[in-house]
Amino acid sequence: MPSRPDSSFQTTRARLVTASDPDAVRQGLLELVARPPLSGLPEDRRGIAELVLAEVLNNIVEHAYSTGSGDIEITVEERPGGIGFLVVDDGAAMPDGPPPGMLPAGLGGDLDHLPEGGFGWHLIRSLTVDLSYTRKNNRNVLSFLISEDQTGSEDSMT
Amino acid sequence: MQLSATNTAKIISVQVMEDRIDAASAIQFKERMRDIIQHSAPRVVLDLARVQFLDSSGLGAIVAVKKLLGGDRSFELAGLTPTVEKVFRLTRMDTVFTIHPSLDDAVSNAIKA
Repeated sequence: MPSRPDSSFQTTRARLVTASDPDAVRQGLLELVARPPLSGLPEDRRGIAELVLAEVLNNIVEHAYSTGSGDIEITVEERPGGIGFLVVDDGAAMPDGPPPGMLPAGLGGDLDHLPEGGFGWHLIRSLTVDLSYTRKNNRNVLSFLISEDQTGSEDSMT
Repeated sequence: MQLSATNTAKIISVQVMEDRIDAASAIQFKERMRDIIQHSAPRVVLDLARVQFLDSSGLGAIVAVKKLLGGDRSFELAGLTPTVEKVFRLTRMDTVFTIHPSLDDAVSNAIKA
């Protein structure tokens, strides 16, 4: 196809609306990773994208829609420097303050105190950049970027 | 959630026959494992070679199984695929579990030990 000077950067975008239950979220994820722009990524980066998106969606199902159900809108877009994600829901607002992101305490402690949860935000924080949360017109709007050099292989622990 | 278990006196080998342990299947996974570990062998090895995707719900379920087994029985993992390995490393859970390259390695380790 001849390139046109006015569209040298043609963005690829996928948009999907899923219901807020675990089975629908799984189907939605499988559909999104099979569509551009995620389908064109190398396997390791596609795995990271699927993981981060799964954590974000699971949090929405468990917390924002904990007392009800609704839709979740996901937009995935190719951007200079990586893949941009926008996730919008009509559920309850996040508690005040920035999104959590610390590893739960208790690692290396005794067996009874090993954490079984609280890993989600840590994974999201570790694998994304430009994470932003806003509440707009009674909706939660979360956006983030998975940069093109994110392979999840370096220890991003701080 | 399809799990395939092989029991000997010393070891229970459990193969996960699905390609995901996620929020939609974590509870089933934990319930199936609870049944499987009724057999009293001291070592339990979970073969994750077929699992391409594990989220924090799946990770939480695996940690829960370790707790169910208590301190006297060992719960070991084998065959982590690259994305699954990342989840363990980024959450530092790779320091909590013994992880073998494959189920065969885990079982032959037992023979040597």
